[in-house]
Amino acid sequence: MRSIKTRIRLIGGTFARGVHPADSKQLSGQARIEILPTPPQLLLPVIQHLGSPAEPVVKPKEQVSQGQLVAKPASFVSAGVHSPVSGIAGMLTVTTLPNGRHMKAVPVAAEGDQPLAGQALWDDVYGGDWPTGNLQQYAPGRIVQSVRDAGIVGMGGAAFPTHVKLARNEKRPIQTLLINGCECEPYLTADYWLMLQGPCAIVSGALLAQRACGAERVIIAIEDNKPSAIDSMRTAARGTGIDIAVVRTKYPQGGERQLTIAVLGKEVPTGGLPLDVGAVVLNVATSAAVARAVIRGKPLTHRIITISGAGIKNPKNLLVPIGASYSDLIAYAGGLTDDAVRVISGGPMMGFAISDLGTPITKGTSGITVLTEQDVRQAGETPCVRCGRCVDVCPLGLVPTKMALAARHKDWELARRYQLQACCECGCCGYICPARIPLVQLIRMGKVQMTRE
Amino acid sequence: MAEVSKTKENAPGKQDSALVVAAAPHLPSRALSTRRMMLDVLIAAVPLFIAAGVVFRWYALKQIGICVVSCLAAELIFTALRARRATVGDLSAVVTGMILAMSLPWSAPWYVGMIGSFVAIGIGKAVFGGIGQNMFNPAMVGRAFVMIAFPAALGAAGYVQPGHPIEVLTQATPLTALKESISAGTAQTGADWSMLWPLFIGYTNGSLGETSALAALAGGLYLCIRRTASWEIPLSMIAGAAVVGGIVNAFNPASSWTVLHHLLGGALLFGAFFIATDPVSSPLTPRGKWIFGAGIGVLVMLMRNLSGYPEGVMFSVLLMNAAVPLINRSTIPRPVGGPVPEKTAA
Repeated sequence: MRSIKTRIRLIGGTFARGVHPADSKQLSGQARIEILPTPPQLLLPVIQHLGSPAEPVVKPKEQVSQGQLVAKPASFVSAGVHSPVSGIAGMLTVTTLPNGRHMKAVPVAAEGDQPLAGQALWDDVYGGDWPTGNLQQYAPGRIVQSVRDAGIVGMGGAAFPTHVKLARNEKRPIQTLLINGCECEPYLTADYWLMLQGPCAIVSGALLAQRACGAERVIIAIEDNKPSAIDSMRTAARGTGIDIAVVRTKYPQGGERQLTIAVLGKEVPTGGLPLDVGAVVLNVATSAAVARAVIRGKPLTHRIITISGAGIKNPKNLLVPIGASYSDLIAYAGGLTDDAVRVISGGPMMGFAISDLGTPITKGTSGITVLTEQDVRQAGETPCVRCGRCVDVCPLGLVPTKMALAARHKDWELARRYQLQACCECGCCGYICPARIPLVQLIRMGKVQMTRE
Repeated sequence: MAEVSKTKENAPGKQDSALVVAAAPHLPSRALSTRRMMLDVLIAAVPLFIAAGVVFRWYALKQIGICVVSCLAAELIFTALRARRATVGDLSAVVTGMILAMSLPWSAPWYVGMIGSFVAIGIGKAVFGGIGQNMFNPAMVGRAFVMIAFPAALGAAGYVQPGHPIEVLTQATPLTALKESISAGTAQTGADWSMLWPLFIGYTNGSLGETSALAALAGGLYLCIRRTASWEIPLSMIAGAAVVGGIVNAFNPASSWTVLHHLLGGALLFGAFFIATDPVSSPLTPRGKWIFGAGIGVLVMLMRNLSGYPEGVMFSVLLMNAAVPLINRSTIPRPVGGPVPEKTAA
């Protein structure tokens, strides 16, 4: 029997502070997911996750089939990479990811008819029937192994290897599995459309993940600006015992620290994980990938990406193979407008701006936001007048101006006193600052330099 | 590879010269800038201008004009001396001039306003490093200087000019009158309710900005709604003053001035909304702001009742400004999830 307190949190839960940027989701909010035609060339980075890079196992000019492992996990906290197409592997090369990291990548040239393409691909990845009952046949250990073999990592952006998250630990039992359908970044509608068009895969994956990690309860959290998605998930979850939590729309509600507060009323300790409060958080897309891996035995090779913003001619939600380049998606979406100046991997609050459009999509890429001159134009930096707005919006209760200015002036004692390392770089402070001080950039720089000092 | 339709050439793998890379967040909130915040203060001061104009006629214009022009001149000179680009565009000097003018008596000679302005900008701001770096409220620094340098002009007697055609200018300020009546033993017993309306509407003598409680409240509410002023400060200041006023009243129930008189009279409301809320010289965190405001409120009432001065807003603000670094240090908020654990705190 649920307590009143739990009921209240399931409807309208939220966290303190945060900001309300215009969500701009109307640009791609009506666009049904389209399937990107198979690009002729893919580039598969060997690290698309947190942990050790995978090791390539295919040689140049080797034939690869769709779904074949091209790089194997190097350690426990690692994930393999599978080819989304049938074709020929190329010579190992180096690519630069949006976060600036250079790493090895396996090029694959698509060749011949693809076993899964178009509608058949969609049906295999998200369509068709997904069982929500009779899951006892899948033992927890087997579920975790399937997830590992499929190379599944967190698809919300952090890209943490999912099999590590779901592995049972007797010392730290898990009470709640939270499925994250918040998608709090402006412009992005990939998770939204997945919840509309593939809700059963999400529910099935959630139940399997629950079996794996042994959670007592599953809650799917969705922001209240997505009423259709809430209905869709409610219908799909009927009879399964899964609760739907409708949380207030606010950035960064989708952050796991804010989500555990809004839905469970619990604070994840600084430097810790949701595991420390008995919770595991999984993105909806990751959940669906778990279902595909366990039930259909298929690896993580495709994902849904929103390409949106005033700088793109036709904003869309696309099902794309991992390893497609940004320019593939941009071309399919009509191309850049003349006033496009910034192409961002992810959303505008935390995403990385890129300059090389040949960069490949990875498992953690949730969207491409293209902004125009007018979107990003801002006044020059002026001195901080200690207005305190950054303090008013920081979801973690920090004092961004002090942290940033301490980092700028390399006053590490001051930075330590103001808990610089606790910052999650959500961008609320940088968004709101009236003086246009690059707070997040300074804090990020400070975090690195502080550890070196 | 796929084509990208853009006028500039854009083969994938090559740098696209039209794309600009910058750090997140890529969307700036358009709601505010420092300049807009200063403009808000000036807009909020319009009721005060009107009230001052009605009561003090052209003296109001004279003082405001002198102070604003002097502050602008001082800012230009000092930024040039420090070899910095002129910052007068951010309107902070105009705000300092306005607040300084509002805290002067109508009768102050032109040089009082001018010298006060130069001290306000020079010592109150420039010496600390310019806008955002000062520890004390610049206008109050200027006023403190002229108060001590020109005691006659700013003392109680400076407000009164017997025989002046404008009637209020021949009377003492309400707070001075109260203080004198208490020390002379001629104070009325029992609350003087007839005094409340003039204190509220503003038809009394006093510095330019302190007379009308109504005008200060109107402007102050605007500032709080716009979030240019942190509402914690005026609220805690009024509450702090009310508490001390209530205690004083409890000990002296026959006083002609009740707590309400004290809240409406003198520069308390003007100080609460316009002076204490200066963001640069007030604390950063909500908890710090409560402490700061309460401290000012308590000090104002202590000065009014226990010191030789009839009014205490200026000194209270300066004293609490001095405490702000300590307040900031003591009110560092606990981060959500607790402090950074020792081993990862490099």
